[in-house]
Amino acid sequence: MDEALLRSLTPSVLTILVRRGADFAAAEDAVQDALIEALRVWPADPPRDAKGWLVTAAWRKFLDQARADSARRRREDLVDEEPAPGPTPDADDTLQLYFLCAHPSLTPSSAVALTLRAVGGLTTRQIAQAYLVPEATMAQRISRAKRTVSGVRFDQPGDVATVLRVLYLVFNEGYSGDIDLSAEAIRLTRQLAGTIDHPEVAGLLALMLLHHARRAGRTAPDGSLVPLAEQDRSRWDTAAIAEGIGILQGALARDRLGEFQAQAAIAALHADAFTAEETDWVQIVEWYDELLRLTDNPVVRLNRAVAVGEADGPRAGLAALAALDDSLPRYSAVAAYLHERDGDPETAARLYAEAARKAPNLAERDYLTRQAARLNADRRGRR
Amino acid sequence: MAKYLLLKHYRGAPAAVNDVPMDQWTPEEISAHIQYMNDFAARLEKTGEFVDGQALAAEGAWVRYDGEGRPPVTDGPFAETKDLIAGWMIIDVDSYERAVELAGELSAAPGAGGKPIHEWLEVRPFLTAPPTIPECSAHG
Repeated sequence: MDEALLRSLTPSVLTILVRRGADFAAAEDAVQDALIEALRVWPADPPRDAKGWLVTAAWRKFLDQARADSARRRREDLVDEEPAPGPTPDADDTLQLYFLCAHPSLTPSSAVALTLRAVGGLTTRQIAQAYLVPEATMAQRISRAKRTVSGVRFDQPGDVATVLRVLYLVFNEGYSGDIDLSAEAIRLTRQLAGTIDHPEVAGLLALMLLHHARRAGRTAPDGSLVPLAEQDRSRWDTAAIAEGIGILQGALARDRLGEFQAQAAIAALHADAFTAEETDWVQIVEWYDELLRLTDNPVVRLNRAVAVGEADGPRAGLAALAALDDSLPRYSAVAAYLHERDGDPETAARLYAEAARKAPNLAERDYLTRQAARLNADRRGRR
Repeated sequence: MAKYLLLKHYRGAPAAVNDVPMDQWTPEEISAHIQYMNDFAARLEKTGEFVDGQALAAEGAWVRYDGEGRPPVTDGPFAETKDLIAGWMIIDVDSYERAVELAGELSAAPGAGGKPIHEWLEVRPFLTAPPTIPECSAHG
């Protein structure tokens, strides 16, 4: 039973139903029902044409629902209009589905949930587990999202940037259960890249692949964070790195630079170095400057200060940092790191402890606390 | 998409504006208060922002390890305990601003005289898993 195949067919089956006149919410329910039936029936009786089977099953489910509805006339019209089964081109329609699920009228969490369900073909339960919320909560989130976009016309081209933002949100959530959201985001972005020729889609796909490739090195077996400089680079996935760099180069050659391509370029420079020392920090600083031209974001400025610290020494990094607002997330962590490299362990220890108190996640808090403890122990040892 | 804990205190929070002990309210005022809290939770379930909510008993005990092979020591409750949690609600919202907005609404539950209590609620973010894309080159 190929669940991946089933899920990859979901968006096109859904779009076919909608194009045949089904309301989006009803079509989505019908497709989910058809998927469940496929999971039940296919192992014993595999179809010759998986997509055709799903379209037929989903359409039948939809008609069953419509029959149960009180809108008798509308339903009969639909039955009359039923087109002959058969293959249908779906590339553009799948794209429309991405746009619909990332529609600007949706909140980010609704857009993410709807995308995973309608485009990704995940069940509500799987999405709820991935986001650690009750299934009922996720069901409400999805049904609200469906209601919100039900009046949206399906033939309007949407904004690619909105779709990419949603996919990026899914990717960043990482993985917390059975569903690996990062892998899912890569799958959906790859599918999108096959549907639309856009350098930023390629840029995001490259960025995801490059970060995903380093995932095994980012944590120790006990789950604790391993900083970039100390990562065992033999644990990085070289095939994914090569693929990411190839996609990025293709995108950059188009000469339409965007945020994701610039971020991917930075990730590529990290991934390409055999050791931390060999990292081309000068070029990384240049890419941060490009990124700032595209989006003047304080977090980018903070990251740039780190890169400057590596390229031109901790003093230069601290000077770049001095221009920034010290209430920025992770400001203290960066300041601590640069002060330590500048030979001031006392200030560094104090700042690491401060950064730990403000850390947004457990792994980072523990890492920063250990840094502070390490410096404090060194100082006690020296007295 | 971040989870926050909204904490309601029996004791330990700064004084509410409409600070009348619950046993001095009328039964109708108590009913109205409870109804407001239930409606609030039901509304958050509908918006897809509800994760969990529980009330806690007003009294608890302190427990401490007392050495190898010995039963744990229990003590309390202590009247002078600074902080006493009355209950919590966990929400999953799109932004910190939304969390504050919801806490504000919860704080408006009616109390004595049918007027909002204006009690202080504590809003605490959950620590999460690290993001897939590290936001900082130094720690990537």
